[in-house]
Amino acid sequence: MVALDFGAVVAEWPLLLRGAAFTLGLTAVAAVLGVGLGVACGWARAWGPPWLRHLVGVYVELIRNTPFIVQLFFVFFGLPSLGVRLTPELASVIAMVINLGAYAAEISRAGIEGTPRGQIEAARSLAFTERQVFLRVVLPPALARVWPAMVSQIVIVMLGSAVCGQIATQELSYYANLIQSRNFRAFESFIVATALYLLLSVVLRQGLNWIGPRWIFGRVPQAGR
Amino acid sequence: MIDFSLWDIFRNLLLAARWTVGLSLVAFAGGGLVALALLLARLAKLRGAERGVSLYVQLFQGTPLLMQLFLAYFGLALFGINVPAWLAAGLALTFYTSAFLAEIWRGCVNSIAKGQWEAADSLALSFSETMRHVIGPQALRIAVAPTVGFLVQVIKGTALASVIGFIELTKAGTMITNATFRPFTVYACVALMYFALCWPISAWSRQLERKLRRG
Repeated sequence: MVALDFGAVVAEWPLLLRGAAFTLGLTAVAAVLGVGLGVACGWARAWGPPWLRHLVGVYVELIRNTPFIVQLFFVFFGLPSLGVRLTPELASVIAMVINLGAYAAEISRAGIEGTPRGQIEAARSLAFTERQVFLRVVLPPALARVWPAMVSQIVIVMLGSAVCGQIATQELSYYANLIQSRNFRAFESFIVATALYLLLSVVLRQGLNWIGPRWIFGRVPQAGR
Repeated sequence: MIDFSLWDIFRNLLLAARWTVGLSLVAFAGGGLVALALLLARLAKLRGAERGVSLYVQLFQGTPLLMQLFLAYFGLALFGINVPAWLAAGLALTFYTSAFLAEIWRGCVNSIAKGQWEAADSLALSFSETMRHVIGPQALRIAVAPTVGFLVQVIKGTALASVIGFIELTKAGTMITNATFRPFTVYACVALMYFALCWPISAWSRQLERKLRRG
C-alpha cells in the first residue's frame, strides 16, 4: 500500500519558498543579461561584418546542439582548471546567460530580418545614424514581433535551471532534494516542487507578457495594422 | 595509478554515447507512439480528449524535465521494489517527448485547409480513411522537419538521465572526471560528442524545412 504524506513536505514551506524565490531571481538576472546578449548576437548575425557573423554562428550552433547540464558542468567544473574559480550561483548565472543568449540570438535575428526594407530606408533618409536606425527603428518592432517566442524561451531556461541544484546552487530543486533527504518523502517532495515550478512558469509567462509591451518595446504600432 | 590518455577518455565516452543514442531512440519511438494516440484521440473528438490532452501537454511543458525524471524514479519506487534507472529515464523521457510531439503534430494537422476535411466528409470517407488518405499524407509532409528538429531536444534531454544515475554520455563524463581530475578536457569532449550527434540532425531539419518552403 502506498501512503503519501504531503504534510511532512509542506511543513518545510519556508525552504520551498526560499528556493522558488531564488529560482525566480536567477531567472530574472539570466533573462536580462541573456536577452541583451541575444539581441547583440542577433544584430551581429543580421547586420554585422562577415567575420563576426561567422563567429556568432559558431557560438549559436555550439550552444544549441549541446545539453544545458553539460554547459553548466563545463563552466563550473571545467573553467577552474583555467584558473577561473566560480561560486555555484555565479556559474549557474553564466551558464544560463550563455544558453539563453544563443537561443535569443536566433529569435531576435528572425525579428530583425523581418523588418520591412522601407522602414530602414526611411530612417536613413531622415539622417538617423546607423545606431539610431537599429535601436529606435528596427529593434523595438522586431522584439515586439518575436516576444512570444522570447517569453517561451525564458520560461524554458527557468525550467532548465532546476539542473543548477546539481552544483549546489540553492534554488527550488536543491531544496526539494534537501527536504527529501531529511524526511525521506522523495516522491511527495518532488511533486510539491514540480507543482511550484508549474506555478512559476505560469506566473513568469504572464509577467513577461505584461512587461514586454510596457517596458521593453513600447506599444509599437505594427506594420499593416 | 593508471594514467588516462586523451584517447582513453575519448574511447570511454564513445562507449557511453551508445546509451545516449539508445535512450534517445527509445524515448523518440515511445513518445511518437503515445503522441500519435493523443493526436488521434483529439482528432476523433473523443469526449474529454481535447481538454485532457491539452492539460497533459501543459503539464509536461510547464515543469522541468529533471523533476519529471525524479518523479518517475521515486514514483515507480513507491510501487516496485527496485527501479532501474534506465526504466525510469525511459518512461519519463517517453512521456516528455509525447507531450511535445503531440503539440507539434497538432499544429501540422491544424495547418491543413479545412476544405480537405469537408471534401473527405462529402466523399463519405470514415475517420480512419480520412486520416489515412487525406489528412495523414499532407500532415506528414509538413511534420517531418519540426519532428526531426525535436529529436535534437530529446537527445539533449537524455543528458538529464545522468542525474538519476543512468550511465550515458554525461554521467560517464562525470565519472571519468572523478578518475582523471581533468574536467576541462572531459567536459569539452562530452560537449563535442553531443554536438557531433545533434548538429547534423539540426542541419538536416533546417534543410527539410527549406525544401518544404520551396514546395
